[in-house]
Amino acid sequence: MNDTLVSLALLYGQLSLVAFGGGNTILPEMHRQVVDVHHWMSGADFAALYALAQAAPGPNMMVVPLIGWHVAGWPGMVVSTLAVFGPSSVLTIIALGLWSRFKNQAWRAAIQNGLIPISVGLIAASAYVITRTVDREWIFAAITLAAAAVASRLKLHPLWLLAAGALIGWTGFGQ
Amino acid sequence: MAPTTIEIFRGFLLLGLSGFGGVLPLARHMVVEERKWLTADEFVELLGLCQFLPGGNIINLSVAIGLKFRGIPGALAAILGLIAAPTAIVLALGAIYVRFQSHPQVVHLFAGLAAAAAGLLLSLAIRIALPLWRRPLAVPFAAACFLAIAIFHLPLVPTMLVLAPLSIAATMKIGA
Repeated sequence: MNDTLVSLALLYGQLSLVAFGGGNTILPEMHRQVVDVHHWMSGADFAALYALAQAAPGPNMMVVPLIGWHVAGWPGMVVSTLAVFGPSSVLTIIALGLWSRFKNQAWRAAIQNGLIPISVGLIAASAYVITRTVDREWIFAAITLAAAAVASRLKLHPLWLLAAGALIGWTGFGQ
Repeated sequence: MAPTTIEIFRGFLLLGLSGFGGVLPLARHMVVEERKWLTADEFVELLGLCQFLPGGNIINLSVAIGLKFRGIPGALAAILGLIAAPTAIVLALGAIYVRFQSHPQVVHLFAGLAAAAAGLLLSLAIRIALPLWRRPLAVPFAAACFLAIAIFHLPLVPTMLVLAPLSIAATMKIGA
């Protein structure tokens, strides 16, 4: 149990400091560690927890406390939450003090622009990893593609798409 | 008017409860228009800093706003307020999932939910990838990053330690 908590703290402490572009960029590494390295849960469970976190309100990193709780109960939840939000928050506090000094430096814009392709690549990787995990039947691939198409074209609230996906799944159609 | 620690906590608690699928537009509304904690320019500047740093933008923003008005206690009040309600809701959903995991119908429901969530992520990836085509230099770096993580399953931290400095150096050199 303690080993698990230490592993969770190390995993999320690291991810906290490299999550440039937010929670979705660290999803593949979370998946790799949680499913492939530590075997804490199956890929299907991981995808389900991710989907649950998307269906809940709030910031898009809520999958982290949920995974911590699923792996190691309440202590896992607390440790994961502290580890994923702590280091980046401390960095934010430090950076706020230095920020005004570097505001107009050219290298600041270069760092910001240089990190953009990296976050794009990481989010694309997240989409690939999650899609591969969930789309084991044609019906799920169809739901994924339809949700992606609708979300790209219409300004529909994401919750409607999640609800529609859940409903189609619930009927068992095509499974 | 500078908000108190309690007001900061309460503001972000409501924000966490109301922000389905994207807290940022709501955060701007609350902070700038409704409560007038920051001007529009101050908000953009703080957000710029938060996007520059690792971690969720809205998480960092809450810390920055709390810190600005009430120091460390304010920062703590803001982040705790923001994540309190979503954490409780997510755990409640998780408990339902675990409890009824063996029900075939519930398994089907969650599989459909997960498929739709994957679709949302796919559309996000497409939306943020499209503007890259205007920056020819950015495409190979995004592609290399995608291949390393999605196809070759390389660990994230070493991958970023190699690709991020290269991408930044290339951006500096070309100025694009």
